Amino acid sequence: MKMVQAIIRPERLDAVKKALEDQGFIALTIIESKGRGEQKGITLEYRGKKVEVDMLPKIKIEVVVHDEDVEKIISIVRGAGRTGKFGDGKIFVMPVEMMAKVRTDEVWT
Amino acid sequence: MVISSGDTAWLLASTALVMLMTPGVGFFYGGLVRRKNLVSMITLSFVAFALVSLQWVLFGYSLVFGHDIGGLIGGLDFLGLSGVGQSPAVIVGTELTVPSLAYMIFQLVFATVTLAIVTSVFAERVKLSSFIIFGLLWTTLVYDPLAHWVWGGGWLANLGSLIGLTGGALDFAGGTVVHISAGFSALAIALVIRKRMGFGTDMMEPSNIPLALLGAALLWFGWFGFNAGSAIAANGLAANAFVVTNTAAAAAALAWMLLSWWNGRPASLGFASGAIAGLVAITPAAGYVDPLAAIIIGIVAGAVCYYAMIYRIKKGLDESCDCWSVHGMGGVVGALLTGVFATTAVNNYSGLLAGNVDQFIIQVIAVLVSVSYAFIVTFVLAKVLDSTIGMTVKEEEEYVGLDISQHGERAYP
Repeated sequence: MKMVQAIIRPERLDAVKKALEDQGFIALTIIESKGRGEQKGITLEYRGKKVEVDMLPKIKIEVVVHDEDVEKIISIVRGAGRTGKFGDGKIFVMPVEMMAKVRTDEVWT
Repeated sequence: MVISSGDTAWLLASTALVMLMTPGVGFFYGGLVRRKNLVSMITLSFVAFALVSLQWVLFGYSLVFGHDIGGLIGGLDFLGLSGVGQSPAVIVGTELTVPSLAYMIFQLVFATVTLAIVTSVFAERVKLSSFIIFGLLWTTLVYDPLAHWVWGGGWLANLGSLIGLTGGALDFAGGTVVHISAGFSALAIALVIRKRMGFGTDMMEPSNIPLALLGAALLWFGWFGFNAGSAIAANGLAANAFVVTNTAAAAAALAWMLLSWWNGRPASLGFASGAIAGLVAITPAAGYVDPLAAIIIGIVAGAVCYYAMIYRIKKGLDESCDCWSVHGMGGVVGALLTGVFATTAVNNYSGLLAGNVDQFIIQVIAVLVSVSYAFIVTFVLAKVLDSTIGMTVKEEEEYVGLDISQHGERAYP
């Protein structure tokens, strides 16, 4: 099992969520966050002075899937989340050792 | 005529009521935009208030209520409020029971709220500096002439005699001057300036619905001054205007809510938008119709404005605080129905129901004139400004939000 963490633009959330749903990936967790990438956010020139806006609002989506689904998730998030401009986000994949349900005693390893 | 302390007290109180409508518009629109533009949206209304306050004192009042020049515009007799003092106001040859200064300040808050209403179309993308220049020109070129035509002794007030009919355009508190002009100006601007980035594809959630509802509440409250104050007296006519204003707002709020319920869920914002649609529609009629007619006017306005909003969304028009569908179309409904329901039981005017066809024809012409004038002049003005100084911010400024990019502030940490 793997956890896919996708950091995306807040305004693309609906599209990404829908695209995941269309491919059968329903369960997910969403965290509202702020952050900056390599560009250090956005620098505005306003009235001759520079305004640094380096902590931009982002959404982090977390999905836990079987190993063979990881590529599919990445391509779905790219397809629905990409605008082609700086700030589209990042996707991280990490191993998940175990998943246990709260409601029942089921466990997946 | 002598100054009546009762009339003056009511007019000054009404002025204070109407003043609250301008920030009310800001809170209403502010709650509808995304959180990164909340400060900007409220500030636009405040800026409109201050800007038009000065324009009105310096020359706006004179252009509207100065001596009539060819039915088109007022003269410069009251420039810088010269001659506008504590003695009774004389408006279009009639001496009133209130001081000129009280009448002037009451009319001032009408002009300010009208520009604030137009800010709907600028939501989330206007450059503040361009808005200030636009606002000054718009209120001078669009609002002032229209207000003179209807209230300052201009040609619309005497329309009947110009076309061989009896009567003039009836607009008790600004259906044409305030709402049609703001609404159709917003429509013209929406066709000129670029849409917001991601409009129609990205999520654009309202930042704060309770704030929008608070704005709507302030509007409803202030509107009692807007309409009942327009009697320019503390009398039975003011009471009639007060009652029909509340009645139409209630009817329209429920009409809109029921329609949205029928099509999905009864949203609170639907209720609030409906209330505003009803308040808009009763505005021209408030001094001429009775409470039962107000119910019909409210229901019709709620329905027409609701479907106008649906039409706007279908057409992909980025006029997302709905100045056109609520104020513009509500103003059209109100102006036309004034010509239907006006009754001599309320005031000295009758409408179509009482067999007065002339009045209805005059109302139709007044609507066509105010729609065309506001739309055409604003379209040209917006085109000129957008192609010279540019009306909208750069894309990255819009992305970050106008709160940070225009004001260096944030609504929420």
